[in-house]
Amino acid sequence: MHELSIIYSILEAAEQEAQRHGEGTMVEAIDLEIGELAGVEISSLEFLWPAAVAGTILEKAACNIARPAGKARCGSCGHAFAIKQYFDPCPQCGSHWNEIINGEELRIKSLTITCAQPAVAAATDIN
Amino acid sequence: MCTTCGCGGNGHKLTAFAAFKKPASTAGITLEGPGVMVEETPVANYSPAATLTAPAPTKTVVELERDILDKNNRLAERNRGFFEARNILALNLVSSPGSGKTTLLERTLVDRGDRLRFYVVEGDQQTSRDAERIAAGGAPVVQINTGKGCHLEAEMVHQAIRELQPASDSILFIENVGNLVCPSLFDLGEACRVVVISVTEGEDKPLKYPDMFRSSQLCLINKTDLLPYLKFDLEALKNFARQVNPALEFIEVSATTGAGMETWYEWLERKAREVSI
Repeated sequence: MHELSIIYSILEAAEQEAQRHGEGTMVEAIDLEIGELAGVEISSLEFLWPAAVAGTILEKAACNIARPAGKARCGSCGHAFAIKQYFDPCPQCGSHWNEIINGEELRIKSLTITCAQPAVAAATDIN
Repeated sequence: MCTTCGCGGNGHKLTAFAAFKKPASTAGITLEGPGVMVEETPVANYSPAATLTAPAPTKTVVELERDILDKNNRLAERNRGFFEARNILALNLVSSPGSGKTTLLERTLVDRGDRLRFYVVEGDQQTSRDAERIAAGGAPVVQINTGKGCHLEAEMVHQAIRELQPASDSILFIENVGNLVCPSLFDLGEACRVVVISVTEGEDKPLKYPDMFRSSQLCLINKTDLLPYLKFDLEALKNFARQVNPALEFIEVSATTGAGMETWYEWLERKAREVSI
């Protein structure tokens, strides 16, 4: 059940970010991007989310998950095609050599926060 | 609950084994606790402006654009840097439970222990049984118990190598928790990922668990001594695996009889030479 680890990683990043914006910062929404080939089971994530974020800064946050579809470029003929599974062959030449262009995203896009104080801390991004 | 792996109770546990064929001294050092690496993140100082009224709350959209596993990936890169600096070949061994990873390691340590220097990190949910087996073979080993966790993460390996202190020009085996799903997402800093499958499993496992076969560089097909008693199509397995990962290499072995093990050792020695260049 690695989805729990995924949620804790999201939570840690959100808490770190909120802390940089000062006391009393609330997270209204969090936007995630989890590709269809990313190896994350969304139903597990949704099932675990309420219990995992209870009592944290994300408890009341809306969690929006975008699901980019899989897209690959054939390593043999260069054709770009939609891919559901890694073992889908290139529809043009039948090759299994491919490079995934989209669908492996596992990303926190943005946080919508309400700061009690103006968000000056954003300028001191250490990453 | 542990925030690294979600394990319950006391969190994951680390047990170091002195090894060198002294089973009596295998009690070693035990570190318990969640073991979360605390990062000192400087909080920006905010000096309130010279105003008597509190500013109204402001709504901001912070574009983070950060990988969810960013922290794990950064720690994995740190491990990788450590391995590279010391010419250590680090291998992440993954498989379903019961494929024979530990037996394979035991045999490897015995057969090549005189020529190559080995270190082992054992990952299991509970017990130090595997580490005891490895320690009996003479290799320094650290057992990580993940509790309820289903995979190893870079931070756990980081703690384990601090304990192990692997010497330069050695090979480090990281035996992951037996699980073909969860460990695939977590980079540990290894040079190669080795997926072990035994012939008592289905040929179509690469299609059922594509993420693990996609992210591995070598597939060890174990327990080949049992082939005469099974309806197992080796070529079908390889074809399925190549559909998921055409670049995957295969070595057929029997850790019990030793068949094919020489090819595995040649692969190890070649990879060890590559990391030292």
